[in-house]
Amino acid sequence: MTQEGDTHGNAVVTRTRKDAGRLVDPRQPNSDRSVGPPERSLEWDGPAIFVEGVHKSFGDVEALCGIDFVVERGKVLALLGPNGAGKTTAVKILTTLLTPDKGRALVEGRDVVRSPAAVRELIGLAGQSTAIQEELTGRENLEIMGRLYHLDPATRQRRTVELLERFELVDAADRPTKGYSGGMQRRLDLALSLVARPTVLFLDEPTTGLDPRSRFGMWDVIRELVSTGTTLLLTTQYLEEADALADEIVVIDHGQVIAAGTASELKNRIGGDVVEFVVVDRDRLSEAVEAVQGLSHSEASVDPETARVSLSVGDHGSDALVDTVRRLDALGMHTQGLGVRRPSLDDVFLALTGHGAEDDVSEPTRVSRNRRDGEDR
Amino acid sequence: MTTAALTPIVALDVPSPPALQRIRFGIRDTLSLTRRDLLIWLRNPAFIFFTIIQPVMFVLLFRYVFGGAIPVKVPGGYVNFLMPGIIAQSAAFASFGTAISLARQLQKGVIDRFRAMPMARSAVLLGRLASDTVRLVVTVLVILAVGYGVGFRFENGAVPAVLMVILGIVFGVTICTISAYVGLAIKDEESVGSFGLVWLFPLTFISAAFVPVASMPGWLQAFAKNQPVTTVIDEMRSLALGGPLATHAWQSALWLVGIVAVFVPLAVRAYRRAS
Repeated sequence: MTQEGDTHGNAVVTRTRKDAGRLVDPRQPNSDRSVGPPERSLEWDGPAIFVEGVHKSFGDVEALCGIDFVVERGKVLALLGPNGAGKTTAVKILTTLLTPDKGRALVEGRDVVRSPAAVRELIGLAGQSTAIQEELTGRENLEIMGRLYHLDPATRQRRTVELLERFELVDAADRPTKGYSGGMQRRLDLALSLVARPTVLFLDEPTTGLDPRSRFGMWDVIRELVSTGTTLLLTTQYLEEADALADEIVVIDHGQVIAAGTASELKNRIGGDVVEFVVVDRDRLSEAVEAVQGLSHSEASVDPETARVSLSVGDHGSDALVDTVRRLDALGMHTQGLGVRRPSLDDVFLALTGHGAEDDVSEPTRVSRNRRDGEDR
Repeated sequence: MTTAALTPIVALDVPSPPALQRIRFGIRDTLSLTRRDLLIWLRNPAFIFFTIIQPVMFVLLFRYVFGGAIPVKVPGGYVNFLMPGIIAQSAAFASFGTAISLARQLQKGVIDRFRAMPMARSAVLLGRLASDTVRLVVTVLVILAVGYGVGFRFENGAVPAVLMVILGIVFGVTICTISAYVGLAIKDEESVGSFGLVWLFPLTFISAAFVPVASMPGWLQAFAKNQPVTTVIDEMRSLALGGPLATHAWQSALWLVGIVAVFVPLAVRAYRRAS
């Protein structure tokens, strides 16, 4: 066993030990892997996903500049970040589609560069890409996947029926998938990634482009899935999605991990309550902002589209609220939805990325759009 | 996040599966994908058009519209001259479907998904070529049937006739390797759709497929005489109608081997890099 220097942060990089793999019983007795590809079980006690100092550049563009994170078995990790943050690159590296320039990535202890074939046997991938062939029916798509995973005919058929039922696709099973709705296609695609009962599942933006109703349907499916013990890494641009599904959230931006922790840990990082209200008379928006500005050290954030004003006020939520009411009342200002709330992930995200000059302009708009989606619920 | 610092994480050393098993799975994956590609082909009217209806249209068009105006010196007249040419031309055009389908699958991410599965790396390309071969057999047989209906006859016996059919199919598969590269390199279905035929038209029409090369202006003859489509068609004509075999045989073989030697590695490389 050789050790390398401490090149990236605090982690110790260790090379493969030749005797590390021993054949033992299946790893996860509770996850239903009774039907699957021929099991090549190697003992692994470590985390399901281990990423250390991973760099990846495309020409001059640095997509990932040294990211580290760990996902424990059976947990759900959300990689949260805007478009172009490097989320998809990270997933492609973990699913052996890209090789990292530097650093290590292990899935169930298998190195994605050294043992890609072993990684592929354990993982499922769905999301932005699709494995669906639109000329074929849902049943045929599943059936072909079963063949490609070398399942015997009986297992293949049983698995196909099982997945069609589980994803509510029985009625549409024998129709060409071309005619499926967006939500149905995503469900089928997810089903395709589950044919071989993966131990670790990667979902790259599983709900992007879906209408809110289909998105919540997808959430239910994902929740049910992880309740059976599958380890899940999902990427998302939607803050409430990470909040709703993930045990742990890693926020990445410009190829770097800028925050990590549970949803509540992240909320605590911003450390304080938020006073929020919508100005009815939009012409008086700036007047209202000016009035409340002095209540806090941090600047009020304003969404001009909805005339919503948010102000981080530390831990004096109630006092700040009373002051806000007084000041707005003194101006005769009409507001809606005035209140104090705990910070949302949106606030965390804005606090973490919102002050960089290089942030793209669309960022605050997109986040506020998410906020509205959240209210539609 | 602190786990990494406390316990050094050591990657497992995973033994590779035995070579025999890898080959067995490779063949199985290739067959599964062949099956899949053929199913898709049967469901897609556009693909059927390219492999069946368009070749038949060309046979009828050249037999009855242009044929009367093209003087040729072969036994049986223009229809006999035409058939080997049209088989080669159709086989080349059929490769358009190869490029389109690979580009589409790449664009939609299907190929990415396959690459993330425990599947033989060569299976996608091999399966593609295998299903293309089946398509080509169908195309060639349909053309021959229509050809017989409009007066074509083999004049040189059964064995050369069979060899001609095989040469036409081998030629088609060879052109498919070029198309596979084009599809994987361009990566965009629409671009492949618009540019995919640009190289196929001059290649097949500036050849001996439909007219004797001698009727072309001198500067064009230089290209038309020596390019692979002509040498293959000349060989096919000799097989079908009788005539000298040797010269065109080695020229054709050289061309076909050369194309495969260049474009298979290119296609494989494009497939590896496409992600």
